[in-house]
Amino acid sequence: MKEIIKIDDLKFHVFDGMSIMVGGFMAVGTPEFLIDELVQLGVKNLTIICNDAGFVDRGVGKLIVNGQVHKLIASHIGLNPEAGRLMSEGLMECELIPQGTLIERIRCGGSGLGGFLTPTGIGTIVEEGKKIIQSEGKDYILELPLRADLALIEGTTVDQFGNVLYTKTTRNFNPVMATATDKVIVGARKMIESIDPDCVMTPHIFVDYMIMGGQ
Amino acid sequence: MDKLQIRNFIATRVAKEFHNGDVVNLGIGLPTAVANFIPKDIKIHLQSENGLIGLGPQPNEDDIDYDITNAGGQPVTLIEGGMYFDSSTSFGIIRGGHVDVTVLGSLQVDQTGSLANWIIPGKMVPGMGGAMDLVTGAKKVIIAMTHTNNGKPKILEKCTLPLTAKNQVNLIITEMGVMEIREGKIHLLEYNPLFTFEEIQEATQATLVIDHPIKMDMEV
Repeated sequence: MKEIIKIDDLKFHVFDGMSIMVGGFMAVGTPEFLIDELVQLGVKNLTIICNDAGFVDRGVGKLIVNGQVHKLIASHIGLNPEAGRLMSEGLMECELIPQGTLIERIRCGGSGLGGFLTPTGIGTIVEEGKKIIQSEGKDYILELPLRADLALIEGTTVDQFGNVLYTKTTRNFNPVMATATDKVIVGARKMIESIDPDCVMTPHIFVDYMIMGGQ
Repeated sequence: MDKLQIRNFIATRVAKEFHNGDVVNLGIGLPTAVANFIPKDIKIHLQSENGLIGLGPQPNEDDIDYDITNAGGQPVTLIEGGMYFDSSTSFGIIRGGHVDVTVLGSLQVDQTGSLANWIIPGKMVPGMGGAMDLVTGAKKVIIAMTHTNNGKPKILEKCTLPLTAKNQVNLIITEMGVMEIREGKIHLLEYNPLFTFEEIQEATQATLVIDHPIKMDMEV
């Protein structure tokens, strides 16, 4: 049985300088109320791993605007002008990674793989400083696994055991990130007794804590 | 042609490239508009890299469900038979060659089929998003864009901006014509009769191979 904690308890699980994976795609599938709490708590020097930089007032964008992010690892920052400004003024480190490579690095981090070979980025600046491996006559970039201290996931429906179901396009990075961090906290919109075992998208063994909230 | 006419003209022509049953990914901006011009007798499966196949039309204001969005973050709908998946599956579909056609805009394209559309150093750094994976993995890459940037050529001998991918573009469709990239050359297959060959070549920095191109269908 996973522990259901209160939003006020989030402070016991975060610290300055930590790395956090945040689910969501343009803030769809991001546990917004957990981000709000991080803004309240003011933890800083964070390394945030997320598909994108969100918007100035939505998703991880709020942490960026509040100056809490030391480093952002994402595939796209175009819809948050503040992220672009902080990056170009050298106030926030930003590592841009092709989206398919980002999700696969996280998948490797969560599934015990030492990395993977991808053709994406060959012949571009993405390959700089990385090992190029030829296999069956084709060049691939060796991309390494990615892990973090904490994952903040948005679960549409969770059950009392900690199983999670994601609705529609809120799924995106969430189930993969839930496998690749030391601790996983699910922000849950709704709790039911038991999710149909055929419909579980994140098995409860990956989940550490659940916090009720969000719409 | 004004801006909207150009957009619709390009989108209409792009839509004719699809075959029944194709899995298609449309990029943000002009490529998104292609969905409005799919011929009635063709059924394609629109993929969106944030995790769905079966992208439907934009909902009415009252029917918006903020849990269903496209890769641009805009609310969309899902058609019957459509489904959702996670980002890992989505990029497995993309890199794995299961997308038949991807349509993207670009800042530059060159005669080797390389393209640049994700960064202008010192000016604009939005990031590559899913573009690098899409152009690398899709079976056919179509660039749909205006022929020039306010008169400045975008179709070049060699891209000067950092590349999105090397040697991946198959077709370029602009308001001036349809161009195929083959063996390091750009072949003008179709042209818009509102322009002369000289005007089209002048707007293109790369040398075009012009060998009896046909007139584009002007009906939108």
